[in-house]
Amino acid sequence: MKLQEYHAKTLLRAQGLPVPDYAVAQTPDEARAAAQTYLSAGAGKVVIKAQVLVGGRGKAGGVKLAASADAAAQVAAQILGMDIKGTTVQRVLVGPAADIVAEFYLACVLDRSARTVMLMGSAEGGVEIEVVAAERPDAIKQIHAHPMLGLLDHHARRMAFALGLGTTHMREFVAIARGLYATMIANDADLVEINPLAIVRETAADGTQTQALQCLDAKITIDDSALERHPDVAAMRDIAEEDPVDVQAREQGLSFIRLDGNIGCMVNGAGLAMTTMDLIKRAGGEPANFLDIGGGAKSDKVAAAMSLILADVSVKAILVNIFGGIARGDEVAHGLVEARRAQSRHVPMVVRIVGTNADEAARILAEAGDPDLQTAQSLDQAVEMAVAAATQAQVAA
Amino acid sequence: MSILVGADTRLLVQGITGREGAFHAQQMQDYGTNVVAGMTPGKGGQYALERPVPVFNTCQEAVAQTGANTSVIYVPASGAPDAILEATDAGIKTIFCITEHIPALDMMKVVHVVDQAGARLVGPNCPGATSVGTAKVGIIPGTIHKRGHVGVVSRSGTLTYEVVEALTEAGIGQSTCVGIGGDPINGSNFIDILALFRDDPETEAVVLIGEIGGDGEERAAEWIAANMPRTPVASFIAGRTAPPGRRMGHAGAIISGGRGTAQSKVAALEAAGVRVAQAPSQIPQLLLEMGVRRS
Repeated sequence: MKLQEYHAKTLLRAQGLPVPDYAVAQTPDEARAAAQTYLSAGAGKVVIKAQVLVGGRGKAGGVKLAASADAAAQVAAQILGMDIKGTTVQRVLVGPAADIVAEFYLACVLDRSARTVMLMGSAEGGVEIEVVAAERPDAIKQIHAHPMLGLLDHHARRMAFALGLGTTHMREFVAIARGLYATMIANDADLVEINPLAIVRETAADGTQTQALQCLDAKITIDDSALERHPDVAAMRDIAEEDPVDVQAREQGLSFIRLDGNIGCMVNGAGLAMTTMDLIKRAGGEPANFLDIGGGAKSDKVAAAMSLILADVSVKAILVNIFGGIARGDEVAHGLVEARRAQSRHVPMVVRIVGTNADEAARILAEAGDPDLQTAQSLDQAVEMAVAAATQAQVAA
Repeated sequence: MSILVGADTRLLVQGITGREGAFHAQQMQDYGTNVVAGMTPGKGGQYALERPVPVFNTCQEAVAQTGANTSVIYVPASGAPDAILEATDAGIKTIFCITEHIPALDMMKVVHVVDQAGARLVGPNCPGATSVGTAKVGIIPGTIHKRGHVGVVSRSGTLTYEVVEALTEAGIGQSTCVGIGGDPINGSNFIDILALFRDDPETEAVVLIGEIGGDGEERAAEWIAANMPRTPVASFIAGRTAPPGRRMGHAGAIISGGRGTAQSKVAALEAAGVRVAQAPSQIPQLLLEMGVRRS
């Protein structure tokens, strides 16, 4: 689960990381009030940032500076309600604009092949790290933490020297790197990213200047498998920014992704579900969704899956592909028959159930006597039948 | 021979009194696996299964009294990391964890301890392993196999069954079929299992079933080129048409920043001399073309 910047910054602050002040505004008036506070406290300008989970908000015009409270309200009015890659901006973050001396990239990420946490850093901060990774992989430094002992001072120092940070900010940097790791562990994150981590110049009222490292932006994703033990973090989920269908699927314990085609898919197992989609495409059809009903699926899950598929009006045929293992074919077949009876919208359905209790499943499906329900033995055959049924229905429509 | 499990396996089932544990323990016993003990804290002294085996409160007792050398775990995610560590502590050297949804940072610590103890973990979130005709450990249906000389290793569950069934229908038998699981951090990777197949006299060819996300398949391809260049290897990669940036069920199956794509995996495998199928049903034909004989 991805977190919004303002939530991510809350988690960073909880671990003592240096994050500049910020406020969250949902209206231009709130943005004006927040801006006024920071400008009165001595900030030359304020920054207004769209709070969306999709990347590329800066390029889309979702990050702007303002020099007065009124200007801040105007900018906020532009950004709030703006569409960024299909997401409507609901909130902006308002904070004092930083006087940036240098920018770095620093992140803690789970390295699956090393099977531990990796600290990743680059002296080319402030730009998309994917671009740096593609163009100059050498510019990204990687240091692995110990799986039991964590990220130690010497790990952080090695990174600081690799980034050419020098000794002035060494202590701050070590504390920040270890703080990122602590944030990751405390919240079961699989990514904690600061971009940019900046050396920021502060000018006091008497004109004296100091420089310090600050986390200007933050991106955190949480391991979905661990959300249950972090109810406070789980509550940060931004349902407004999610497809309602995704929300419904998650509540039913189904893994569902809507796609553009017209063949609804219901499969057990993620690998087999992806394979089913691949084969539909290869046979000239277009899958309408990815749907993994999971192991041990019962009739209630099958019914929920059926409603999700049929809620998409472009679905013209349904392909059910179940290889019984931990899931039992007869239970799925019962669920299908019940779900068909309960649904008002009928589309042709091709069902292939093999493996555990497949014979029983075949009997249940045959007894249902549904003329729009065809059964298939092999996956290739089932795909062919579903593509044909969808093509026919599309032509008829 | 065969790998990981076989006639020498003395199996302990952790969570044998739960719904899944009880069902699959019986399936394993029916297949012929030597199930020697069950373990559920608080249920010590009971017996389980049709040919009864004792249930113990702790792994330590189970090992001391039955000589269990392999464990399989059907314990909910909240208790599964501890279950793996308990088996490790009790001296068990081969551990299968079927449980899904274990937090990745828990697994990071668990795999470190398991490695330090010199034990081998397969999973979590995996279907287990079956050595055809001698032992099945996990949840792979026992009916889909035919005994033979092709080793199967996969990140997926049901997709493995699909491929195994295709092999069996084509008359190509298997030595051992292993599911390593789809989680970001798991105990054994493709290379760990490929190395076992290379050293197994019964395995003459290998089928590697991968999917999008991570770089396990790319690493496996390099290893195959360097370490088993003369072994026929066929492969299938799921997720060729998956949209980038979306998580496809398996925690591991996500394409990000152009890494871990099906294209990159297929290219790496083909460069290593592996034949990559467009559909699971094509795998038998590819193996036959590489000189694999029907069993």
